[in-house]
Amino acid sequence: MATLEIRDLHVTVEADNATKEILKGVDLTVKQGETHAIMGPNGSGKSTLAYSLAGHPKYTITEGTVTLDGEDVLEMSVDERARAGLFLAMQYPVEVPGVSVSNFLRTSATAIRGEAPKLRTWVKEVKEAMQNLNMDPSFAERNVNEGFSGGEKKRHEILQLELLKPKIAILDETDSGLDVDALRVVSEGVNRVRGTGEVGTLLITHYTRILRYIKPDYVHVFSAGRIAESGGAELADKLEEEGYEAYTKGGVSA
Amino acid sequence: MAEAQNIPVGSTTAGQIAVAAESTVATRMSVPPSFDVADFPVPHGREEEWRFTPLERLRGLHDGTAVATGTGVKVDVQAPEGVTVETVGRDDARIGKAGTPVDRVAAQAYSAFEQAGVITVPKETVLTEPIRVAVHGEGGTAYGHQVVELGAFAEAVVVIDHTGDAVLAANVDYILGDGAKLTVISVQDWDDKAVHVGQHNALIGRDATFKSFVVTFGGDLVRLHPRVAYAGPGGEAELFGLYFTDAGQHQEHRLLVDHNTPHCKSNVAYKGALQGDDAHAVWIGDVLIEAKAEGTDTYEMNRNLVLTDGARVDSVPNLEIETGEIVGAGHASATGRFDDEQLFYLMARGIPADEARRLVVRGFFAELVQQIGVDDIEERLLVKIDEELEASV
Repeated sequence: MATLEIRDLHVTVEADNATKEILKGVDLTVKQGETHAIMGPNGSGKSTLAYSLAGHPKYTITEGTVTLDGEDVLEMSVDERARAGLFLAMQYPVEVPGVSVSNFLRTSATAIRGEAPKLRTWVKEVKEAMQNLNMDPSFAERNVNEGFSGGEKKRHEILQLELLKPKIAILDETDSGLDVDALRVVSEGVNRVRGTGEVGTLLITHYTRILRYIKPDYVHVFSAGRIAESGGAELADKLEEEGYEAYTKGGVSA
Repeated sequence: MAEAQNIPVGSTTAGQIAVAAESTVATRMSVPPSFDVADFPVPHGREEEWRFTPLERLRGLHDGTAVATGTGVKVDVQAPEGVTVETVGRDDARIGKAGTPVDRVAAQAYSAFEQAGVITVPKETVLTEPIRVAVHGEGGTAYGHQVVELGAFAEAVVVIDHTGDAVLAANVDYILGDGAKLTVISVQDWDDKAVHVGQHNALIGRDATFKSFVVTFGGDLVRLHPRVAYAGPGGEAELFGLYFTDAGQHQEHRLLVDHNTPHCKSNVAYKGALQGDDAHAVWIGDVLIEAKAEGTDTYEMNRNLVLTDGARVDSVPNLEIETGEIVGAGHASATGRFDDEQLFYLMARGIPADEARRLVVRGFFAELVQQIGVDDIEERLLVKIDEELEASV
């Protein structure tokens, strides 16, 4: 069973000619089949955690370990992490002009699976996945994220999640900027992947809204660069009522 | 009338739309056009038309010191049946009909060539196979002139393929009769040391269609002037270009579309990728809509993709409009980087860095490559693009 283990993770970033520590000792274990919601106020370091796990060059790991099934993730390049089974659905996916969605998906699937998918089954697979996400077939011929609406970008991220079938999926504020209909469609996509029981999900969100569609097994509250409190789904209900005030005012510290 | 301006810039992109105030296109050249090299002073490098060009790398083409050698270039023409291929002397009346040299090197070439090639496609002849002109550099210095003339309603594709090593100044005239359709693909696939300077003049007949692909990969210095003017209303010009500028290379494309006739169209799209230290691409896109050219419809675009640090692009679109009675006129220039965020996104989907770069560059050029319509050239370009990328890793 695939397990992502994060131990005492410290991460810094360079900003305005100064080094700033964003993550200050994160401990978290995500197993295949589990869904963990990470919630927290703006600036608490949630996205930094997501991008650090994926290997974004902007972030420097100063302390701690991250392993996937015992393998040292921090030693891997960005593409190696993806091929090892880590997937990051990004909050702000970038435009890649000149590269069509269909070409991109096939190139990516080939890299992740280690061989080119057979054309006939692949076409069917993509078509079905797109239908499930209410995506028009013409979408495949557009350039990656170019001119996509906010909702289209997120659907495109979840489309990749469904096609690439990672061991660990990190969803970075996938719900932000979505209307209720789009939120439902995207959540259904995530739930289809979760339903296989083969993915561990790290759901990063600012709002509790998405948790009505995607039921987490665990909820963690992020504050000031570390997990301030962990609990079950009921913790989300508490946050819904009380907000993050108790955490931002420093009322809880580790 | 419609105008469009879209210049999300890198700092080296400049552009302007001038509306009949001061003539910027006409004044871009410091000397009026002339067939006589003596009418042009030796450039010193600060002239508007020379300011981007490293004169010291022209190997004397600009100052009269480059003397033609016996083994300059070898020209081989393969033409389908029905096409006339001739070699003619300087006094042939068909030479120089499509345009007049606009700078000293073009005039030098015109003054110095001894024989010119003339390819003629008779009227109403529709070719199914391309005419192929292989220009192979044999290591020497050469001046040349080529004429391609299509009679009324003739249709042809011409591939001019430059390879090998040479110091070459050569002009080309394309003359299109009424209703003719000509597609020209000029490939500059020179060896590393080659220097190639030339002016390509197209004169487009009434209701004729001219489509040009200028593809520049090789050479130490390549500087081309593709120019278009119209001999009657209803003419259409599509000028496409792609270049891949490597470390140390200077590749310069200076276009002029002269809308001198009513109801003509032009569409210019040049795309370039650059990589490596001192890779320098220059793109000048001049479009002039003369007062009499009512009903003009024109658009020009230049896109550059900078793949590494150390490369430089100068992109200068320039649209000058002397009449408001037009269908449309616009230009756009953008220089973008293949940036770390794009690379991260693709790598985060399991795609290795070198493959990610190939995916982006192939995609960047694909829309132009696919329009060429000559299979072996399309295929060769894709292979070439891959080779250029592999050389960089």
